[in-house]
Amino acid sequence: MGKLFSSKNKEVLFSPLSKNNPVVVQMLGVCSALAVTAKLEPAIVMAISVTVVVAFANVIISLMRNTIPNRIRIIVQLVVVAALVTIVSELLKAYAYDVNKQLSVFVGLIITNCILMGRLEAFALGNGPWESFLDGIGNGLGYGLILVVIAFFRELLGSGTLLGIQVVPQAAYDFGYVNNGLMILPPMAMFVVAAIIWAHRAKNKDLQEN
Amino acid sequence: MKALRNYLDTIKPNFKEGGKLSMFHSVFEGMETFLFVPNETSKSGVHIHDCSDSKRAMIMVVLALLPALLFGMYNVGYQHNLSIGAVDTGFCMTFIFGFLAVLPKIVVAYVVGLGIEFAVAQVKGHEIQEGFLVSGILIPMIVPIDTPLWMIAVATAFAVIFAKEVFGGTGYNVFNVALITRAVLFFGYPAAMSGDKVFVRTGDTFGLGAGQVVDGFSGATPLAQIATATTTDTQMVNIIGDPVTMMDMFIGLIPGSIGETSKLAILIGAAILLISGVASWKTMISVFIGGAFMTAVFNLFGTTAAMCMTPLDQLMLGGFAFGAVFMATDPVTSARTETGKYIYGFLVGTMTIIIRVLNPGYPEGMMLAILLLNVFAPLIDYYVVDANINRRIKRAVKSTNA
Repeated sequence: MGKLFSSKNKEVLFSPLSKNNPVVVQMLGVCSALAVTAKLEPAIVMAISVTVVVAFANVIISLMRNTIPNRIRIIVQLVVVAALVTIVSELLKAYAYDVNKQLSVFVGLIITNCILMGRLEAFALGNGPWESFLDGIGNGLGYGLILVVIAFFRELLGSGTLLGIQVVPQAAYDFGYVNNGLMILPPMAMFVVAAIIWAHRAKNKDLQEN
Repeated sequence: MKALRNYLDTIKPNFKEGGKLSMFHSVFEGMETFLFVPNETSKSGVHIHDCSDSKRAMIMVVLALLPALLFGMYNVGYQHNLSIGAVDTGFCMTFIFGFLAVLPKIVVAYVVGLGIEFAVAQVKGHEIQEGFLVSGILIPMIVPIDTPLWMIAVATAFAVIFAKEVFGGTGYNVFNVALITRAVLFFGYPAAMSGDKVFVRTGDTFGLGAGQVVDGFSGATPLAQIATATTTDTQMVNIIGDPVTMMDMFIGLIPGSIGETSKLAILIGAAILLISGVASWKTMISVFIGGAFMTAVFNLFGTTAAMCMTPLDQLMLGGFAFGAVFMATDPVTSARTETGKYIYGFLVGTMTIIIRVLNPGYPEGMMLAILLLNVFAPLIDYYVVDANINRRIKRAVKSTNA
């Protein structure tokens, strides 16, 4: 067990949560972070889906890394990812149809999510399956964390609900409070991402570019 | 004046490094330079200064805005009286009603905006910039009278932080801050910013002027009536159903955002801006030319009410004149090259009319047109400068070859 969670592996698992976050530091997967975060529920489902896909794609590619001819590696990666995405998509259709409708094309588009190709190219091709699995989980969770934070603010301020449950009391509406319609629109997600990056860089000064 | 200067001099040491109020030094500096032209001189090299620094220029803009603001207050009272069928309450009461209705908006905009500016200047150790002096008075003037105060506060805070401070503060903003405030309100709280319920205050203000709304009342602005019209010869009416005359539009006795209705007051403001040299006549005139041009083009194959409006009507209604005089001419966000100003202004005018006519969802297009062109202003400048360089190179080549 000790070997499985050595300090290096811990680094692989946890650094994507903050210092090496795929969305706010590596700037990957921003497109879907804007598109699926109007409500908390689809954001969570999306986060889980991406985590599962990236973790298992990493493992599979890592297992095959010594046999894949270098020139066709992108095609092989795409086939693996496409297979996994199809499985996830079918599972969602079977067990979470409403959310699947809300996510619409974005489940299928996980295949084009830059995080996937980025991690496969940068990590899985050069590391063992266990490390690759941890890397996939870490990056999926790092992505998911940002998604959930964005969706939390957007759903709270845009719809007054969280996970579909009314949290802003009726008294506030009676008093004149109105939900901010801009929060539902994708541009506002951009501002929320920007604000997260702002706060993140302010805290981690070593990430600031000059 | 002398006493004020002496007082400032006596309290000044408190704000110096090590003084007990040194943490508020930027606030003190801001107030001091607001009241007196600073006598600091540059320490290196030769600099040429104009006596009219940016604080003085900003004050000119505020002065130019005052006629429109004062008339806007009167018009708020006038429209209110009209809506409740009040017998003529006299000029003073009408004005006081409007004044009390508008004043809280001005206070909120200034307190929120200046509060953020002061805080940022304090934290970053900058001087307090004067840019918000103008934005703070523009914001209440470009919103409908019934916009809730907390919405103005939220939108102002958002605009000052995301449209101004993150770009580096006054003078570095890409977008006009007051218009971003309005855009945030417009897209965030559409119900409070458009429609026929918000442009006329039908309720009372601090208990003043309570009454029942008369039968046949409709708070739709003339532009909104045109946008929803089904025939091409729609007659614009005021809020109790009487036809709107050209004189009403010029004087400003029509419903609309607080400061935008009176073309007469805006004309006075434009004169102040042009005589003092704060705004560019090139931008201003070309906005009107662009608007008139585009309206004429639409008139050629007019099929809807909006397409068939005369150029004069288009320019007289809504925020066109206000935007052309006070918003498009913003020296920070508009084009800076002299040729660029013509292009920028012309495109603002045409885009406004295009948005008004072709998008039935937005009766007014001035805000979106100016914000859109704010993005393109640096590009326009770039090509104007580039064209100039090319022309001079050509001339140089010709003269050396000759």
